[in-house]
Amino acid sequence: MPTASSETSTGLLSTTPARSTSTPDWFRIRSEAAWTEFQSLPLPGLNDEHWRYSNAKKIELADHAQAKTPTAEQSKAALAATEGLKERAARFVFVNDTLIESDTNSLPADVVCVSFEEALKSHEAVLQQHFMKGEQALGSNKFAALHLAHVKAGTVIIVPKNVVIEKPIEVFHWVVGDHAAIFPHTLVVTGDHAQVSVVDHYRSLEGEGGLSIAIADLVGGSGSQITYAACQELADDAQALHLSSITAGRDASVKSFQVQLGAAFSRSESVSDLVGQGARSDMLSVSLPIGDQIVDQRTLQRHKAPRATSDLLYKNALYGKSRTVFSGLIIVDEGAHYTDAYQTCRNLLNSNEAEANSLPGLEINADQVKCSHGSTSGPIADEELFYLKARGIPDTESRRLIVEGFLADVIERFGNSEVLDTLVARIDEKLLKAE
Amino acid sequence: MSLEIKDLHAQIPGREILKGLNLIIKPGEVHAIMGPNGSGKSTLSKVLCGHEDYEVTSGEVLLDGENILDMAVDARSRAGLFLAFQYPHEIPGVSNANFLRAALKARLPKGEDIDAVKFYKQLYARMDQLEMDRSFTSRSVNEGFSGGEKKRNEILQLMMLEPKYAILDETDSGLDIDALKIVSRGVNAMRSENRGFLVITHYQRLLNYIQPDIVHVLKDGRIVKTGGKELSLELEERGYDWVTEEPLAAAA
Ligand SMILES: Nc1ncnc2c1ncn2[C@@H]1O[C@H](COP(=O)(O)OP(=O)(O)O)[C@@H](O)[C@H]1O
Ligand SMILES: [Mg+2]
Repeated sequence: MPTASSETSTGLLSTTPARSTSTPDWFRIRSEAAWTEFQSLPLPGLNDEHWRYSNAKKIELADHAQAKTPTAEQSKAALAATEGLKERAARFVFVNDTLIESDTNSLPADVVCVSFEEALKSHEAVLQQHFMKGEQALGSNKFAALHLAHVKAGTVIIVPKNVVIEKPIEVFHWVVGDHAAIFPHTLVVTGDHAQVSVVDHYRSLEGEGGLSIAIADLVGGSGSQITYAACQELADDAQALHLSSITAGRDASVKSFQVQLGAAFSRSESVSDLVGQGARSDMLSVSLPIGDQIVDQRTLQRHKAPRATSDLLYKNALYGKSRTVFSGLIIVDEGAHYTDAYQTCRNLLNSNEAEANSLPGLEINADQVKCSHGSTSGPIADEELFYLKARGIPDTESRRLIVEGFLADVIERFGNSEVLDTLVARIDEKLLKAE
Repeated sequence: MSLEIKDLHAQIPGREILKGLNLIIKPGEVHAIMGPNGSGKSTLSKVLCGHEDYEVTSGEVLLDGENILDMAVDARSRAGLFLAFQYPHEIPGVSNANFLRAALKARLPKGEDIDAVKFYKQLYARMDQLEMDRSFTSRSVNEGFSGGEKKRNEILQLMMLEPKYAILDETDSGLDIDALKIVSRGVNAMRSENRGFLVITHYQRLLNYIQPDIVHVLKDGRIVKTGGKELSLELEERGYDWVTEEPLAAAA
């Protein structure tokens, strides 16, 4: 059941989330506990290290309310705006946390790929085992509790041992209406040597503001491969929070890609836990903030097993008065010998007023470890620009080529696929807007 | 029709580098400029292209009658001026092919795009002429290229963009003899009665392969001597010290 509107209450801060009567007891109990927890936890303050250079108040809880069930017109409009991939294994479209379309016809039979609501009924055991198990390590316990108190939409994908899904699974989360908040959830669990690729899109249809507090948990079994992309393109006055965790088992390889294009304030917290020997996590990100947009990125690479690799590359191309914050930490646990852990954040400043903050960190408690971290910020080099212009390429086009070139290695590392083509097209579109 | 440089003065803050330079290059002609290090050769080439480090304090540069000094860098290129850089810059992440496509597209009317099939056909033909591996199409512009590969890449761009006037700034430096022959062959293939060249070099060696019609000596920001091919041989033998300003040449 939908909740009260923002006009008559203080929105998400104090409106008790409504749960449908069909919610299983165990989940209702967790959800209610989370609501209590949310209310008791303080909002992270300005001196909270996980919120340095940022501000939790940028997520305007009082101004947003749980999104209302969409009207038929809204659903139709969202579907029409969902262009999506031609070649896909499955597609889900949610509007205001309500499932309006799912197509899972091209999936291998033994794969579980269902909406979150459906999973609550049909896959209780898996959810009990994996659903929101860890603490939020990067400062958003309060928001995660709020998510758990409200969550009803998203996808649960369980790929059994040795099953390879070639084509991507695509999920669209639309938010519509004034000051509407959504809580999309993604859970991906792969069995040994399974393979899957999932893309979450977060988009605004119409309406003022908008808030998405999303959680994506990826659990990679031995030797499995997960490719995950989160593409956030909410409206310019929206707010986005994306909390993701990766758990990579023995020889598992997980590649994740954060594409931040929309929202006035967007924050991602991405944790990789390398729990199995030989595990690998590639953490990639591209953002193109313009105007007054703020992109706040927190990452943690936690090496808990030997001979694992984590390799993070975040690139931000800033325009206007935009601001980015990157805070990344690598922790190598005792015993996680022969770790390879890398972390690079690069910021290209396309305006004198743009500002990039970087806070890299390292904590090494093992031997034979290869670690590096670095961040750079700077404008386009004059000589680079001159070279392109001297070949007749106009200023804006030259700058765009340079920015595309700047982002190219992140994009290449994500790999060559149709998913990438769509993401690149979205990035290019945003670039045109940036000019 | 000509590229005409009239009494060109250019400076960096606090220091004049070009001190009244005169030169006329007609289509079909190959001019060589030789001169000691620091005499202003690269400055001349960059001032012609509109590099913002240099302020032109007086003089004119007419490209087929049009003063290009008021034009933006990119507009000068589209007007038909090309500079093969002494030190070509690296452009990370931008492939050679995309870069050339963008440069060619910039020459088309707005909204039009280049024919990809024709483009690659021509690109491959030019690369074959320069004995460049096909892999250079997808590699980032100049990134990780050896000195010689960078110079070849400059000539590849010259061949693709087909300018009216081409300036080659020390294209020979960093080239071994085999590469020098290949690059020169490429340049010679582009010689035509519709195209003028200004070949800047410190060494006479290049001029054995790209035979100039006219040779100038640049010293301290001025052309101090002009002659035929044989002047370059004399310079090779005797160095630059003996050359002193000939008032007539400077005023020509
Ligand atoms: N951008 C610049 N900043 C400072 N000095 C410069 C700059 N460009 C050229 N110069 C100086 O001007 C003189 C001429 O340089 P250049 O044109 O590169 O000579 P050449 O190419 O003949 O060797 C040199 O003394 C050089 O150091
Ligand atoms: Mg020079």
